[in-house]
Amino acid sequence: MASITLTEKAAKHVAGFLAKRGKGVGLRFGVRTSGCSGMAYKLEFVDAANPEDLVFESHGVKVLVDPKSLPYIDGTELDFAREGLNEGFKFNNPNIKDQCGCGESFNV
Amino acid sequence: MALLQISEPGESTAPHQHRLAVGIDLGTTNSLVATVRSGMAVVLSDELGRPLLPSVVRYGAQGVQAIGYEAQAQQSHDPKNTIVSVKRFMGRGIKDIAHIESMPYDFQDAEGMVRLRTLAGIKTPVEISGEILKTLRLRAEAALGGELSGVVITVPAYFDDAQRQATKHAARFAGLNLLRLLNEPTAAAIAYGLDNASEGIYAVYDLGGGTFDISILKLSKGVFEVLATGGDSALGGDDFDQRVFCWIIEEAKLAPLSHSDARLLLMRAREAKEYLTYHGEAPITVKLGSGEYVDVKLTTEVFGDITRNLVHKTLAPTRKALRDAGLSAEEIKGVVMVGGSTRMPQIQHAVGEFFGQDPLNNLDPDKVVALGAATQANLLAGNRSAGEDWLLLDVIPLSLGLEMMGGLSEKIIPRNSTIPIARAQEFTTFKDGQTAMTIHVVQGERELVSDCRSLARFELRGIPPMAAGAGRIRVTFQVDADGLLSVTAREQTTGRQAHIEVKPSYGLSDDEIAGMLKDSINHASDDAFRRALREAQVEAQRLLEATQTALSEDAQLLSMLERAHIENCVAKLQAVLLGDDRRAIDAAMSVLAQATNEFAARRMNQSVQRALSGKKIAEIT
Repeated sequence: MASITLTEKAAKHVAGFLAKRGKGVGLRFGVRTSGCSGMAYKLEFVDAANPEDLVFESHGVKVLVDPKSLPYIDGTELDFAREGLNEGFKFNNPNIKDQCGCGESFNV
Repeated sequence: MALLQISEPGESTAPHQHRLAVGIDLGTTNSLVATVRSGMAVVLSDELGRPLLPSVVRYGAQGVQAIGYEAQAQQSHDPKNTIVSVKRFMGRGIKDIAHIESMPYDFQDAEGMVRLRTLAGIKTPVEISGEILKTLRLRAEAALGGELSGVVITVPAYFDDAQRQATKHAARFAGLNLLRLLNEPTAAAIAYGLDNASEGIYAVYDLGGGTFDISILKLSKGVFEVLATGGDSALGGDDFDQRVFCWIIEEAKLAPLSHSDARLLLMRAREAKEYLTYHGEAPITVKLGSGEYVDVKLTTEVFGDITRNLVHKTLAPTRKALRDAGLSAEEIKGVVMVGGSTRMPQIQHAVGEFFGQDPLNNLDPDKVVALGAATQANLLAGNRSAGEDWLLLDVIPLSLGLEMMGGLSEKIIPRNSTIPIARAQEFTTFKDGQTAMTIHVVQGERELVSDCRSLARFELRGIPPMAAGAGRIRVTFQVDADGLLSVTAREQTTGRQAHIEVKPSYGLSDDEIAGMLKDSINHASDDAFRRALREAQVEAQRLLEATQTALSEDAQLLSMLERAHIENCVAKLQAVLLGDDRRAIDAAMSVLAQATNEFAARRMNQSVQRALSGKKIAEIT
């Protein structure tokens, strides 16, 4: 059973961003083949879902994933973290074998 | 691990495709460059891991010989060609520079900004600052592995237009794409983190090497506004060094020193000051060029005594900024310390006492400004992410206005207005048939133009001839986000207009800004008196001109006696006009007005008769 989850904190922030933005049905989470280590995460707002999208709901927030991305990120938990002045989303992805130093891209 | 932000649909940036942007703190004593790497602002160090770049440039016959630490090390050997604290000369003329007599440079007074004669030829402060910026640019490009797409450079909140313009030129000289000039305290506030900070009013106390700035900021919902700024553009750590320097000379009973000895001693003075931050006393031993030895001990107590009034000098602008913001010290929620000089224990203590709380110091006071500038640069370069939509409001440090009849200044944009801003005001012609108007743009708080700083002057021509007071000229002042000014004058009936971008004449100022502000307080009542006097004089002048016109046109309406009486009153008014007795002018004016009352009535009748004569009643009703 595939699963993508948000922590409560992450869900709160996504909902907050969506409210602030004034539109959007959820969060798109996926991967692209780019970056220094093979794959890169993609995190975008969703205005319209695609028919093939898989929808995961977590703490009231919809996360949309395209079927091609799913194998790379299945089981991932998204968290929202604050590090010093910076804040943003962090991924706990059980599929990763290694990632580049900055963590923006990874390999499975 | 990097923290990701949510992008707009289809707009995720590829990893490592961020546009390279840096923030530069171009300081009087030290400069730094910082950038945002994977979402975190960091200062970029040189290859030896040193974050600071001393703002020192040494020239040799072939041009620039050394910059930074290397140049600093050679200061005492070659003071004339080793330029330190060049920021003090930016946009300044010779007479604006404090302590010029104790500086070892070969100054050339030039039109506007001062120049320095070095082995490599005559250099402007813009070029010298540009060399520092160039060094930082190369460091950043090496560290980031690519060309910079843009930079943000910080300037003291007190920098006037000429100084800001000079900084812009220095950036261009260094081949940098300047995204924006940012006030230093504002940058510090950004570095301290907007979302993390709890809402409330904060003070930023910034005592750097050469400047002191105090800013009152209001943080609410991640948006912050600068409520007021104040400071002293000629007060900083250098002045503390100077005090120690003078104390050594007195203590060791030294004869007048050579340039290189003076430089050496000043360096030892600075070292002693820094040593005292962590120690109770600092030994100072120097061997002078004459072979003479200096061996003295500076204790914390003595250091505190000789610098006490410098510390107090920072508190006066602090009080004024609070007053400008309409706040008391108790309403300040936190005090942010910026600038290496705030490490001095007596500063920490005095500021803590003033605000009744321990100042915040959790970021390196030398780095905060650069870190904030980097954050801002990252944003302006387009690396912004969703949710980072905070606003940044700056204020103009001195009122902007123009010259009115009688040499009075009319303020169009008051100081501490948030920028960008545009304000317009309508003016009228002073004389009958006036076809041109000179717009003289001034900056400052004083009532008389002669006490303000002149920024620019231009003419609006082609005003259609009209009676005095009938012309309508709309003057618009606009200040962009960098604090630079443009002025437009537009005659309303014809739409004819004239425009000027204020490219300020460098260093034409007679006073530095801090002095100007202080003057405006000290001279407040004096100014009010002079303003009233000038107003009376302008009004009297207008009355005299109207009377002369009437006499030359309609003298036949008066008897010899009446005419003599009016002329007598005119002479009496003329006699007191240029004096400084406002009551005498007012009195003579009312006598003349009375004397011409009857005359005016007869002229009115006459013109009514002329208008009506030969016309049928039907035509005029």
